[in-house]
Formats: sequence, structure tokens, C-alpha cells
Amino acid sequence: MLKKFDKKDEESGGGSNPFQHLEKSAVLQEARVFNETPINPRKCAHILTKILYLINQGEHLGTTEATEAFFAMTKLFQSNDPTLRRMCYLTIKEMSCIAEDVIIVTSSLTKDMTGKEDNYRGPAVRALCQITDSTMLQAIERYMKQAIVDKVPSVSSSALVSSLHLLKCSFDVVKRWVNEAQEAASNDNIMVQYHALGLLYHVRKNDRLAVNKMISKVTRHGLKSPFAYCMMIRVASKQLEEEDGSRDSPLFDFIESCLRNKHEMVVYEAASAIVNLPGCSAKELAPAVSGHWAFFQPASHVYVAMKHPSAVTACNLDLENLVTDSNRSIATLAITTLLKTGSESSIDRLMKQISSFMSEISDEFQGTCYPQDTHGPQGKDALCQKYPRKHAVLMNFLFTMLREEGGFEYKRAIVDCIISIIEENSESKETGLSHLCEFIEDCEFTVLATRILHLLGQEGPKTTNPSKYIRFIYNRVVLEHEEVRAGAVSALAKFGAQNEEMLPSILVLLKRCVMDDDNEVRDRATFYLNVLEQKQKALNAGYILNGLTVSIPGLERALQQYTLEPSEKPFDLKSVPLATAPMAEQRTESTPITAVKQPEKVAATRQEIFQEQLAAVPEFRGLGPLFKSSPEPVALTESETEYVIRCTKHTFTNHMVFQFDCTNTLNDQTLENVTVQMEPTEAYEVLCYVPARSLPYNQPGTCYTLVALPKEDPTAVACTFSCMMKFTVKDCDPTTGETDDEGYEDEYVLEDLEVTVADHIQKVMKLNFEAAWDEVGDEFEKEETFTLSTIKTLEEAVGNIVKFLGMHPCERSDKSLLPYIPVLLSSLLGVFRGGHDILVRSRLLLLDTVTMQVTARSLEELPVDIILASVG
Amino acid sequence: MRILILGLDGAGKTTILYRLQVGEVVTTIPTIGFNVETVTYKNLKFQVWDLGGQTSIRPYWRCYYSNTDAVIYVVDSCDRDRIGISKSELVAMLEEEELRKAILVVFANKQDMEQAMTSSEMANSLGLPALKDRKWQIFKTSATKGTGLDEAMEWLVETLKSRQ
Repeated sequence: MLKKFDKKDEESGGGSNPFQHLEKSAVLQEARVFNETPINPRKCAHILTKILYLINQGEHLGTTEATEAFFAMTKLFQSNDPTLRRMCYLTIKEMSCIAEDVIIVTSSLTKDMTGKEDNYRGPAVRALCQITDSTMLQAIERYMKQAIVDKVPSVSSSALVSSLHLLKCSFDVVKRWVNEAQEAASNDNIMVQYHALGLLYHVRKNDRLAVNKMISKVTRHGLKSPFAYCMMIRVASKQLEEEDGSRDSPLFDFIESCLRNKHEMVVYEAASAIVNLPGCSAKELAPAVSGHWAFFQPASHVYVAMKHPSAVTACNLDLENLVTDSNRSIATLAITTLLKTGSESSIDRLMKQISSFMSEISDEFQGTCYPQDTHGPQGKDALCQKYPRKHAVLMNFLFTMLREEGGFEYKRAIVDCIISIIEENSESKETGLSHLCEFIEDCEFTVLATRILHLLGQEGPKTTNPSKYIRFIYNRVVLEHEEVRAGAVSALAKFGAQNEEMLPSILVLLKRCVMDDDNEVRDRATFYLNVLEQKQKALNAGYILNGLTVSIPGLERALQQYTLEPSEKPFDLKSVPLATAPMAEQRTESTPITAVKQPEKVAATRQEIFQEQLAAVPEFRGLGPLFKSSPEPVALTESETEYVIRCTKHTFTNHMVFQFDCTNTLNDQTLENVTVQMEPTEAYEVLCYVPARSLPYNQPGTCYTLVALPKEDPTAVACTFSCMMKFTVKDCDPTTGETDDEGYEDEYVLEDLEVTVADHIQKVMKLNFEAAWDEVGDEFEKEETFTLSTIKTLEEAVGNIVKFLGMHPCERSDKSLLPYIPVLLSSLLGVFRGGHDILVRSRLLLLDTVTMQVTARSLEELPVDIILASVG
Repeated sequence: MRILILGLDGAGKTTILYRLQVGEVVTTIPTIGFNVETVTYKNLKFQVWDLGGQTSIRPYWRCYYSNTDAVIYVVDSCDRDRIGISKSELVAMLEEEELRKAILVVFANKQDMEQAMTSSEMANSLGLPALKDRKWQIFKTSATKGTGLDEAMEWLVETLKSRQ
């Protein structure tokens, strides 16, 4: 019968879901059948299925209709049909939160869980625990205890798992069941043992000693259940991590002993636990790696390789055999591992191997394997840095892959990879660019095409033969749709701006674009054309090569404000908050990209939140726009003291506001009138304190201190403030929260607060430093030479300067492209408070120590002086 | 045939149900919700619903009224204090339209106890003589001893049969 149905469904094709067109009201109508006698179990079970289906599809049932259906369902308990009864259990569980008065089935479920029918007992326990709240729990406590130690494994497991769920709301009741759980933990059934240990752990997890005791007991007596072992390994490694424990700990011994377990899953779990322990040494890893190896688990190997490449090297020989494995995913993983760990000589061979079967793998797999696991191109990215001489091979390989059929994710990963190789390795730039040019000739993905065009505009003009890219770019204008055309126009303009001999031809091309159908393309072309025709370097730099440095939402708001309150003055771009320089640029080889992406967005909005908060304080009116807020609040107290104070520094044009976020951790005190008194060491002047009116226990409050920047010696911006918190204490009753009327004055000494140059400079990003440098001109240029005696490498030196000045290293100039040359030319860019760009160029020379020549330029003298004064 | 066993908490409903079903006295706990069992008596099959009698559960009785052929109303013969409450619950129940045709059997339970009221005393306290258009009868029972149950069931079966 059933088969026949299936067949019919297949024939009708497509809509094979019999529940597809269910109507809630119709189903609930049908549910009235439950009230009839005698009951038709098959029919009723089918209707219950429909109800469950609707609920699981997210259909909303009103309380009244749900309750009605639920009570109708309770009538089905008169039938002893096993299938129907189990459907009832499911329905009870699903509807326990939707319908009211579900406790009506308590007695029936209690009877089923203690009855003779073993098939009913487990599910009845689960359903019963689902409908029971903490007040009702004591009524069934006796039955739960019995069920936990029941000799039928399914009943015992059900009771244990349900107890675990109950733990959340009725911890104290469930806690009383540990003796029973303990008994169940020595059950021979592997599932029961696992569930029992799980319950025991969750009851005790806040008690470190008890957990350690549990683990040592497990170590001594051993367990039957591999699941339980796996769980204990996780528990143990968590404990270890929290203890940041020594490796002699019995916990570590336990994990290590699990490497010799007879169950593969336990060995695997133990091995990956060891590999994941923070800071484990090669010696500790060795048994783990061989453990992994026992089952040819390359997936885990890749994983190990990512963290501890050297440890896996020993396995390379075995891995090489896997390269030809018939399972393509295993083979790919093996290859990527080898690429990470292998030697330079083997790369050619491996590449050949990959290309040989790349075409056989489905696009889906390539897509998932590559970008997500960051194996493929990412692996090669690192590889390329490791073996710069092989970049040509890699480039060819990547380009072959690029030409093959593939989806967006796949293509994007490859393009990302090529771009990063270009960035890391200047020798490969021209080959890379021409490969990418070929690619956009036939590229169906707009995002990729515009990205490559942007890259061409940025890098192309600096190559030895820029004119060869023009054909590819102009082809886009002729052949593609508007977004790509607009990108191409911008790229063309960049060539024109930087290359005088090409300018006439670029102008001709741009003139043709002025006739474009699309507004954006036409606007861009007209704009660029006009700028380029002026033939002024400063204009080119400002309007073509470097984009806006302000934050876009900030600009939008400022412009809207301006249109609402029209004034005679022209709109001042300097009043717009600057965009925080993207943190993604700080990406280093070892950090995965995903981890850095997140804070970028937060940071962009954070300053705007501050701006609004500060604008709401009357004392701070007239300070002008907020220039910069320090990225991370500084703690002025130890973490576990009576009061927790953290400071955020806000810089304005001529003032600074210190925001103190205070938390009072004493439950028998309320603080009032809290201020932080500040004593500057330099010529800063404290103007006013904005107190936090009241600071009850554990409710954070904020107070502010406003200071004026030094007027007489404006270069003395770096300063140390000694801080003291002043307040009135009122004692209060910890339980009721009532405070005494009388209070007394008190003080609390905080740690010193530093203001550095970086607080006065905002990072900005411009694409073309050279052009910006020329645009500013040398009117206020100053130069000085320093010797850095304590620093041993160039990158460290640049890193320190970047951090100290809070400026942005342009065009990756903080990295040495040719590590064997002991010279680094690095360009830093920032905006000084008040809105003037400040540019710093530093030449570093590494002999025995680092010698640094710093040249700073700005449109004003002050920022230059400050920079040089502070570096010295 | 569908029978409801109703009455205040602690009257002995669940004990009666299982005495009827398996012929034994079982240990019971307060019924939160209901018990439903099939009872065979004189070749007649009954679906017997024993509904919990606690104040909080009484409102749900009405959910189970429909298609009921007979109501066994159990009263604790020693509980003089609450016989008034027992009466008002009974009256309210009998007013329900769905139970208009149901036969009423009152079990004056716990007759084995010394302080037990007599059946006529109880019939009057419950206002049974005033009932109109209702087939009813009261029986002295003791669920623990098993006395009186047979007579009551006998009467019920006969009455149900004669009505068909």
C-alpha cells in the first residue's frame, strides 16, 4: 500500500510532500475526531502528524485553539495502540509550550512511565519532564529517581537526559538525584553511562574540585562507553585550559592515556584535544600526531599542520601516499597539508597532481574546500611567501584554474589569492596583472571585474609598460554593463593622472565615455576629464588617486544637517568624522581573515555613538566635532577591586574629554556624586568635571572630565595625568537596596592615565601616498634622524612607530618586500586633530642597530613639530 | 460505553477504578489529570475515565463530558465538612447540557469507616431526591474492602441495557 503511494508520487513528479497544502483551520477541525468513540488509531495518528507538521513549519497556533486540540488529544489515551500513543507523546512535547494546562496528562504519563510496557516508558518520561514545572517536579521526584536507576536502558537514558534539561530551571531538585545518577554511571550500557556522566558533570561543573575528582575516578576505574570518554576528554581539556595548567597535571595524563584507548573515536578526541591545548610543545604533540595517524585522518592533519607545521613533517611520507587516494577530498586535504609542510622541491610535483584532478572535483567541493577551509589558495598564499621563487609556477597554476568552469566562490578565492600574491611579492606583479587582464576579458562576475579594474588602476600605472593594460580596460567600457563600465572609467583616469605621455590618449578615451548611456559612467567620465585637463598634480592626487577619507554615514548626516540649516559658509569637509582605517589591512599571515572582519564594523559606529552621548552633555557644547575616540578603554583599576573604572579618551580640536565608565562592585554601598579628579604633568588645564550622580551596586555609570589642550607650548601633547576618584559613600542594605540618608566623603586612588601623540592623530587610508605627498608640498617639511638602539629588525621598528604615532602604513609599506635588503622605506598617513593631513616618510636602515630618518609633511607647522618632537 | 468517575479529591475514585478493572487495591497518589481504563463487566466493555478531584483540576472535568453514558459520583462518607462542596460540584455538573442524558450512580464510599454517614443521610445532603428527569441511584461502597461495588455495577449495567 505504502509502496504504491510512493510510486504514484514519483510519477506525479515534484510535489511529493503529502502535507504541502495543509490548512491549519482544516487540520484543527479534523482533530475533533479525537472526541469520538471508538477511536480510529490510524486516522488519529495521521491527524497528529499533520498537527506536528504544521507546528514544525512554524505555523502559529493560538493558545485557545492549541489548548482545545491538546485536550482533544488527551482523549486518545483511551486507545492502547502503540503508534498512536507514541504520537501522543510527541504531540505533548511539541505543544507543551503552546497549549495551556498541559499538566492534565501528568497522571497518564506517570502511569505509562511506571507501567509494564517498556516501549512507553522512556518516551513517557521525556514527555512528563517536558510538561513539568519546578513546582510540580517534587510530585514526580520519586518516579524520576526510580527511572534513573531503571534496568531498562532506554528508560534510564530518558530519565537522565530529561534531568539534564530540568537542571536549567530546577537545579536544587535535580541535585538531589546525584546518587541515582552515580549508580547509573556504572551501568553497562554505553548510552546510559554517557548520559549519567553528562548529568553528573553538569550538576558539578561549577565545582572545580568535584570535576577533577570525577576525572580521576574515571582514570582509575575506566569506562565502558567511548562517548563518555570523549566527553570526559572535553571536560578535562576545558579544565586544563581554565587552569592554564601545567602539563604534569593528572588531567593531561588522563587525556594522554586516552590515546591508547581501543576505540578510535576516543583516540581521535584525545589527539585533537592535545593539539588544541594552548601552547603545547612538540614533544607533547608527538604521541597525538601518531595517534591521529593511526586512522589516516588527514583532515585532522591539515588541522594540526595549520598550528604546528613542524610536528607533522614526520608524517609527510605517509601523506604522500594519500595524494593518490581515490577519495578526492582526502587527496586534496593531503596535498594542502603537504603544501604547508613540504619542501620546496616537491611543490612542482604536487601542483601537477592537483591540476590533474581539479577538473574531476565538482565545483561545489572546490568552492567549499577552498575559501572556507582556507586550505587551497590560503595555503598557497602562505606558500608563496615561504618560497618566493616558485611564484611563477603558482601563478600559472592559479591561472589555469581560473580559466576552468567554476562558480563565484571558487573564482573569488582564486582572484583573492592572485591579488595577495601580487601584494606580497613585487616580482610577480606584472605576470599577475596580465593574468587578471585576461580573466576580465571573459568574466561574468561584476564584483570580480570591478575589483580587478580597481587593482589595475592602482597598480598598473606603476609598472614598466602601463600602456598594455589600457586595451583591456577600454574593452570593458565597450563591452560590459554599467557597473563595470564605471569601474573601467575610474581605472582609466588613474592611468591618465600618473602618466603624462599617456594622458592625451586617455583624454580621448574618456571623451568617448562622456556619451555613455548610464548616468554614473557619464558623470565619472566628465568629472575625471575636467580634472585631468587642468593638468595639476595636486588636483589629480586629491580627486582621482585618493578617495574620501571621511566616514560615509558621518558625511551623509553632516550633509543632511547642512541642507536643513542653510548657511552662508560653504560646507566644511573637515567637520565630518573620519573613517577609521580598515583593520583588515592589519591582516597578518597567521590570523584567519574572518576573525578580523568583525570589529571593523563595530569601530565605525562606535565613534558615532560616543559623539551622540557627548553631545547630550551640556558642558561639552561648543567643543566642535569629535575628532577621535581611543579604540580600547583603558582600565584604571585592577580587575577585581571594589570599584572598576575604565577610561575612554575623546579628542576634540582644542579639548579632550575623558570618559570614565565606573562600576561599583560593593553591594552594601551606593556612591553619589562621583568625579575623577585629574592632575596633569604638562600644561593641560582641567576645565570641569561632570559627575555621575549615583552609582548603585553593579549598575555602570559614567562621569567625565574636560581638559583644555596646552596653549603656550602646543607641542607638549604627550602627558601623564594622575587620577583620583572622589565620591560620597552611602551605606545600603544589600538585600533591600535601601540606602542610609547620611553619607561621607571618600577618595580612591586610580592608576595614571597617559595621553600620547596617537590620541591626536586619526588613521586614514589613501590609496596613493606618493600623490598625497606631492599634493601637500614641502612648505612645512621637517626631517630628522634617529638611532634606535634597542630594536633589532626593521619591521619591529616600523611597527613601533605605527603604534606610537597612531598612523596608517600606506601600501603595505610596513612590510619588507625583499627581506634580504636591509633598507625599508615606509610611508605613514594620518589626520591631525583639526583636520590636517599629516604624512610621514621614514627611511630605515638596518646595520647593527636601526637608523631611522623621519620626514614629516603637513599643511600646518604644528603637527610636524609635534611628530618630530614626540619621536625623539 | 463511556463512564466518568467524578468526585472531590481523596474520595477514592482511582482506587475504585482499579478495583473495577483488576479487582485489586492498588496504592494511589493524587491524580493530576486523569486515568483512563477499559473495564469489562458482564460482557459489557466500558471506557472508564477517572478524573482528578483536586480543586485545580475540577474545571477540566467539562472537557470530558461529551458522549458520556453514565457518571459515577464518588463521595467520602466520612467527610461531613465538605459534603456541601461535593453537592455544589454535583449540581453544577448535572446542569451541563452534554450530561443531560447521563445516568447518575452515587457511591457513598468508605462505608468501612466508623463515622460514615448513612446512604439516606447522604442522598439528602447531596439533594438527590430533588433531581428531576434523571435516572439515579445511591450505593454504599467500600473500595478497599470491595463491598457494594458489585451491586452498584449490576444496577448500572441493567439500567444502561434497559435504556438501549
